[in-house]
Amino acid sequence: MAAMMHVTRIDRAMAQHAALPITIRQLTKTYGAVRALDNVDLDIKAGEFLTLLGPSGSGKTTLLMMLAGFIRPDHGSLKFGDTEVIRLAPHKRDVGMVFQNYALFPHMDVNANIAFPLRLRNVARAEIATRVEAALHMVQLAGLGDRRVDQLSGGQRQRVALARALVFEPRIVLMDEPLSALDKQLRDQMQIELRQLHDKLGMTTIYVTHDQREALTMSDRIAVINHGRVMQLDTPQAIYERPANRFVAEFIGESAFLTVEMRNGACSWRTASIKTNQPPMSDGKCLLMLRPERLRILRVESPPDMNVFTGTVTNRIYQGDTFLLQVTLSDGAMISARGISDSTTFASTPMIGQAVSLGLPFHDTVLIADTEH
Amino acid sequence: MPVTAIPTEPTSQIPNAVELKWDHRLERWLLLGLAAPAVLLVVVMMIIPVGWLFWLSFVADDGTVSLVHYRRMLEQPSYGRTFAATFQISLATTAICLLIGYPLAYTLSQLPRRVANLCMIAVMLPFWTSLLVRTYAWLVLLQRRGLINTWGMELGLWSEPVTLVHNVGGTLIGMTHIMLPFLVLPLYSSMRAIDRDLLKAAANLGASPTRSFLSIFLPLSLPGLLAGSLIVFILCLGFYVTPAVLGGGKVTMVSNRIANDIELFFNWGAASALGVVLLVLTLTLLYAASRLLRLDTIIGGGHTR
Repeated sequence: MAAMMHVTRIDRAMAQHAALPITIRQLTKTYGAVRALDNVDLDIKAGEFLTLLGPSGSGKTTLLMMLAGFIRPDHGSLKFGDTEVIRLAPHKRDVGMVFQNYALFPHMDVNANIAFPLRLRNVARAEIATRVEAALHMVQLAGLGDRRVDQLSGGQRQRVALARALVFEPRIVLMDEPLSALDKQLRDQMQIELRQLHDKLGMTTIYVTHDQREALTMSDRIAVINHGRVMQLDTPQAIYERPANRFVAEFIGESAFLTVEMRNGACSWRTASIKTNQPPMSDGKCLLMLRPERLRILRVESPPDMNVFTGTVTNRIYQGDTFLLQVTLSDGAMISARGISDSTTFASTPMIGQAVSLGLPFHDTVLIADTEH
Repeated sequence: MPVTAIPTEPTSQIPNAVELKWDHRLERWLLLGLAAPAVLLVVVMMIIPVGWLFWLSFVADDGTVSLVHYRRMLEQPSYGRTFAATFQISLATTAICLLIGYPLAYTLSQLPRRVANLCMIAVMLPFWTSLLVRTYAWLVLLQRRGLINTWGMELGLWSEPVTLVHNVGGTLIGMTHIMLPFLVLPLYSSMRAIDRDLLKAAANLGASPTRSFLSIFLPLSLPGLLAGSLIVFILCLGFYVTPAVLGGGKVTMVSNRIANDIELFFNWGAASALGVVLLVLTLTLLYAASRLLRLDTIIGGGHTR
């Protein structure tokens, strides 16, 4: 009876809009002295693909488990659309979830696993069959419905878990590192597939990962999480190009930092002046971020639109598609430059011990505040 | 292990094929050797005596080979009653153990592992005292002037001493107490093996706690449940001490009858025949249960392998 009423409520809401926005306010969870989540505010748009990215222990999984209702926060507010759900039991939240280890029911075959949420919602038998079939088709497992779970490969289990989480058409889908157990090739393929599925079905998706490339590849926006706080919430490009602080810059992509001095809006490193297109920072020390692929190895004279750093090559490493040049600057700081290793470039790159000039275009010159957050 | 006697005759072009095969065989034999003492023990302590009993059951009092002992069992209705009582009491004990043991094992399986281990020690504690001591302890508690009757009357719960022992009830209490760990142990370990994410997944998909218990937890704990019940039931079938002490002669199980046949009547043949029938019945039951269990693993998707 209760289940029936639940279904009608959801169905009415479904008729209005397919995806739901999520509003998170002051969400906090402490374990003893550890703040797993520290007053998190987050607005997730309806139909958005948002990734929670952070190192292990950062609180990203805690946040996801709270969205699913498995962890009870100390305080805070959590709204799906206009509905406060913070005290709602997990089975009443109506969100789909893909678990890291898939959590497929071992005593049920593939069909029964996918049918499980539909049976709970008292969907008619004939309709269950059609929807399970359609879900299997969607994840490209048509015809495997009679398989036992232990007869499936890792990638197939992943797809069954996905089908099970999507078959009841939840307006919010949570994914907890769903691709981490797959090998690299399959992972790359599934990243694209998951994103296409999201675009087709349009549900709000919260995706947890510690893999920055995965986050950059799939997300509309990324929330970088550390020490239970949101460090930065922005598009993949903004996160990569303009990290808000040193943590984000270090966690996403490779980078070296030089401590530079800001005075009256002008920036200098040792005696050299550093020019940038970004608005000036407040006076004092700040950090110049050097991404290896943004540094050019200069062959002749210094171009007028670049900051130039000179030093000695300490290492040159061939890595297949690219090569890495490690350079020690005159003050002992070590920076790296990356080049595309086409047939001639690597060969003509300076050898270990030789002097080299590295150029950083003004538009790639990024200064960040010297703070962890 | 010093390597001796490796054949050195020149072999074909394939390098070391013979030697490696030999190493493999040697390892196999060494491994078998480790089991040898146990195998010997089983042969000496089990197979020979059981074979001897089997033979004795076919020997009449005058030394001739006959089926007289088995015929007596069919002719005298008291034997039938004994077997019926044995199976009833065993079944009842198993059922009570299940009712008490399942919730207990469930609670333990949900506790943090450290706490659960401590609680497990408490469950295992009875194993550290002798069976006889535990049985007599129950006698002290349950008898007419025992602790429970004294306290019950002092608290005014009842006025006359209640007969708690020397009957089926007392036997069941004692047997349940002794058998409970045998049920809880396999049940607990099978419950521990259930991935908690499965229950989370069930909840996430919309299952209420009751529903997710019935659809997910119960079916997955079934192998442990069946294994534990089977152990308890089969141990009960051959139970002697507790029914003898707490039954007070009013509860006759097969083992009590065997003891009587030997101690009172020195009738080894009759006793052996009883033993053989009980053994055959138990083995039949085990076979049936194994078929049932296999059926379960087929239905259950083979997660117990």
